[in-house]
Amino acid sequence: MSSVVSIHRDGRAPVVQADDLARQPVLRAENLSKEYGPVTVLSDVTLDIHPGEIHAIIGENGAGKSTFMRLLSGYAEPTAGSLSMDKGVVRFVGPEQAQQAGIVLVHQEILLADALTVAENLFLGRELMRNGVVDDRTMRRLAAEKLAELGSMVSPNALVRNISLADRQLVQIARALLDDHRLVIFDEPTAVLTGDEVERLLSIILQLKAQKIAVLYISHRLDEVQRIADKVTVLRDGKLVGTHPGHSLSQLDMARLMVGRDLAALYPEKSPAAAGERMLSVRNLSVPGFAKDITFDVRKSEILGFAGMIGAGRTELFEGIMGLRPATGEVELEGKSINIHSARAAIDAGIGYLTEDRKGKGLLLQERLAPNLTLSALQRFHPGLLMRRRREQTALTQAVDQYDIRLKSLGVKAGQLSGGNQQKLLLAKILLAAPSVVVIDEPTRGIDIANKAQIYAFIQRLVMEGKACVVISSEMQELIGICDRILVMREGRIAGEVSGDEMTEHNVALLATSDVAPGKGEGGNR
Amino acid sequence: MTVITGSTPVKPEREWNIGWADVGPFVALIALLAIGFAVNPDFLSATNLGNVITRSAFIAIIAVGATFVISSGGLDLSVGSMAAFITGITIMFMNRMAPDWGVSAIPAGMVVAIAVGLLCGLMNGIIVTVGKIEPFIATLGTMGIFRALITYMSDGGTIPIDRTLRDAYRPVYFGTIAGIPLPILISIAVAVVASFILYKMKYGRKCAAVGANEDVARYSGISIIKTRTIAYAIQGACVAIAAICYVPRLGAATPTTGVLWELQVITAVVIGGTALRGGKGHVWGTVAGAVILELIANLMVLSDFVSEYLVAGVQGVIIIIAMLIQRFSK
Repeated sequence: MSSVVSIHRDGRAPVVQADDLARQPVLRAENLSKEYGPVTVLSDVTLDIHPGEIHAIIGENGAGKSTFMRLLSGYAEPTAGSLSMDKGVVRFVGPEQAQQAGIVLVHQEILLADALTVAENLFLGRELMRNGVVDDRTMRRLAAEKLAELGSMVSPNALVRNISLADRQLVQIARALLDDHRLVIFDEPTAVLTGDEVERLLSIILQLKAQKIAVLYISHRLDEVQRIADKVTVLRDGKLVGTHPGHSLSQLDMARLMVGRDLAALYPEKSPAAAGERMLSVRNLSVPGFAKDITFDVRKSEILGFAGMIGAGRTELFEGIMGLRPATGEVELEGKSINIHSARAAIDAGIGYLTEDRKGKGLLLQERLAPNLTLSALQRFHPGLLMRRRREQTALTQAVDQYDIRLKSLGVKAGQLSGGNQQKLLLAKILLAAPSVVVIDEPTRGIDIANKAQIYAFIQRLVMEGKACVVISSEMQELIGICDRILVMREGRIAGEVSGDEMTEHNVALLATSDVAPGKGEGGNR
Repeated sequence: MTVITGSTPVKPEREWNIGWADVGPFVALIALLAIGFAVNPDFLSATNLGNVITRSAFIAIIAVGATFVISSGGLDLSVGSMAAFITGITIMFMNRMAPDWGVSAIPAGMVVAIAVGLLCGLMNGIIVTVGKIEPFIATLGTMGIFRALITYMSDGGTIPIDRTLRDAYRPVYFGTIAGIPLPILISIAVAVVASFILYKMKYGRKCAAVGANEDVARYSGISIIKTRTIAYAIQGACVAIAAICYVPRLGAATPTTGVLWELQVITAVVIGGTALRGGKGHVWGTVAGAVILELIANLMVLSDFVSEYLVAGVQGVIIIIAMLIQRFSK
C-alpha cells in the first residue's frame, strides 16, 4: 500500500478499502473547544479531514491553530466537542494514543537529542531489538533508507548536534513518517528551511498525498499554502471562519480572511500627526541570526509599530539595540551616538525597553513591589552607595496611583499581582528611569481588555509628553489602533512600511508573510 | 479582599512578613541548646558555650562571605584551601619581616592577608563571570590549586610562625574584650558590615536580583559580571579575615588547614535560610548556621552517642536535609 518504508506495523490502525477512504474522512472534529481557565482559545470548531488531501490551516498568531493541532494529535484534550475516526468517537490521552490511531504531529520546534546520532534519534523510545540487545545495524540501514527517501544525504551515524537545522527538521519528519500514518500534521514545517529545502519538503508532502495520507499543513507562508493546499481553513480568535477550496483563494484573500474584523473603541484617539524631530536613529543594525541591516527612525511624539510574524526578528532587533544581544550597527539618540553593547548605557542614554517576557525577564516575582520598581533606576534613585527606602516607598505609592495598579497591600510580592497589574508595574519600572524613547514589546500580551485599554491610554500619554514610542506586537489590530506608522519585519529584514490609510490588516499581513507588495502601499523598503 | 483603587491614597506601611527562612535557623539554634542541656548540663556553661562559639567564628566569617556568593547565584568550593593558602602566605610574610620590623610585621601581614584574599576571590570571580565557567567547576579547580600551593609552600610539613611574634599575636584568637572572646567580636563585626552591605546598600539589591533572576537583572541594566565578581572578592576578604584569626590558634599553617571547611561553610549558609539557587541572602541566619554546626560537633563530643570522627558525616547529612526542606517547602 505504501512505498514508505514501514517498520513495526502493529496493525492497530484499521485497514480500510481504498474506495471508502476517499469518501470517508480520516478524522472528524466536531464542535471542538478548548479553554485554559477563563480563557477560551478554541471554540466550536468542526472540521473533516479526508485522506489524500492537503488541508492548510491559516490564521494570525493566537488564532488557535496550535491548540487545534494539539487537540488532534493527543497533546491536549478538548474541554468540549469530540473527535471521531471511522469506528466512532475517539479520545486521545497523550500523543502515543493518537499515534497508534495513525495521527502524528511534526513539531515546529526541533525536539531531538543533540548528543545522539541521527539513527538513534529516529528510533528513540522505539529501538529495534534483536536477541535482547539493541539492533543498531538494522536501525542504521532503515534510517538511511528513510532519509534517502526524503532526499536527505545526512549520514545516520552523524551526531544531531553536527547537522544543519534543515537536516534536523528532515530527521524529525523522518521520525514522524517512520510508521505508516493516516494523518500527518505539519506545524510550520518551513519556518527554518530555505529555498531548495522548502521545495523538497513540499514534494514530500505531495508524495504523502499520492499515498492517500491526509496532511494538515499550518504555515504563515501563504505562497506555499496557495501552491499545495487542496483546502484552506481559516481560524480567527479561536473560531472557524470558513473552509475554502485551495485554488479559489489568492494570498490577498487569505490575508483578508485571517484578520478582517472591526476595531473596537479600545484605542485612544490618535494625536493629530505631530511627530517632531528625530529622537532615535538606527542605522544598519544587524543582530547575527535574527536581524539584518535594519535602518529606521523614530520621531518625537510618534508611536511607531513593529509588525511581523513570530520569529521575524523584532524582539531580537531591539534587544540588540539595548545591548542585550551582540549586535553591530549604529544607534543615535537625539543626535548622540549610543554604545550598543551595554544595557546600562542604553538605559542611561534614555531608551527604555519593556520586555515581552514579563515573568521571565521583567519582574522579580518573589520580590516585593518597591525593589522591582526601582531595579533599573537604582543609580538614579539612590545616588551614592546607600538606598533611600522612604523615597522608594513614596515612588511606589505614586506609581500605584498613577498607573492604577490594583493590589491588596503595598507589601505583596510582584508574583501575586494579576497579569495586567504586573504589566503596569513593569511599565512604571521602565519609566522610572526617565527614558525619552520607550520600546514596548507586546504591551498587552495575556492581559484582559480593561487593562489593555488603560495601557493604550498610558502609551498615548507618553507621546503627548513628548517621548517617542515603539510598539512591537503580534496583534495587528493593536498596532493599527495605536500606531502612527508601522514597519513590517519578515525574516530579519524590514519588508515594508505602512502608514495612514494604507495601515490595514491585510497590507500588514501581506508584508509579513509574502513577497507580494500590497496594493499601492509598497512603502519605503529602506 | 480589599482592592485599593487608584484614587485611594495608600499609606506606606512597614510589612512584617516573616517567613520560615528568617526564623528557622534561630528556632533550630534554641532547640539545639535545649537538647544539649538535656544531654549534659555542662553544655550550657559559659565556658563551654564561649569555646564553641569561638571555634565557630572561622566558619561564621567565611560563611558570611559565602552568603554573598550564594545569594548572587554563585558557589565557592575553594574557601577551605584558600584559607590554608592565605594562612601560609601570611605567616611566611610575617616571619620574613619579623627580624627587621619586629611586632609591626603582624599588622603588615594582616594587610597582606586581606590583599591576597581579595585577589584570590577576584580570580575566582573573573573565572566564573568573564570565563563563563560553572562556579562549581571553576572553584573546584582553584580549590585544587590553593591546596597544592600550601602543600608546596610547606614542603608537605608545617609553616610555623616565628617565636618572636607568637606572644604578640596570641590575643587575636585567645584575647577577650569585656569578657567576650575576640574572634566572636570579629565575626559579629563582619556580620554587621555584611548585613549593612546586603540590606542597606545598592549593591545588596543588585546581588539579590542577579541571584534571583539573572535575566531580570540584565534587562534592568545591572552588570552580572560586576555584581558576581564583587561577591567573590568579598568572599576572598572574609576568608582572609578568618585566616588572620586562625593563625594564632595553632601558630602554623599545614597542608590540612581548612580541609572540608567548604562543606561547613555551604552548610551554614543553607541552614541559615539562603537558597542555594540564589536570591535573598540571610547574613544572621548564616551566623546561626555556623554556630549550629559547631554546637552539633560539640554535642557529639560531650555525649558519647556518636563518635566525633563522624562529625563531617553528620554535617553532610544536615546539608542534605536542609536542601530537602528547601525543595519541599516550595
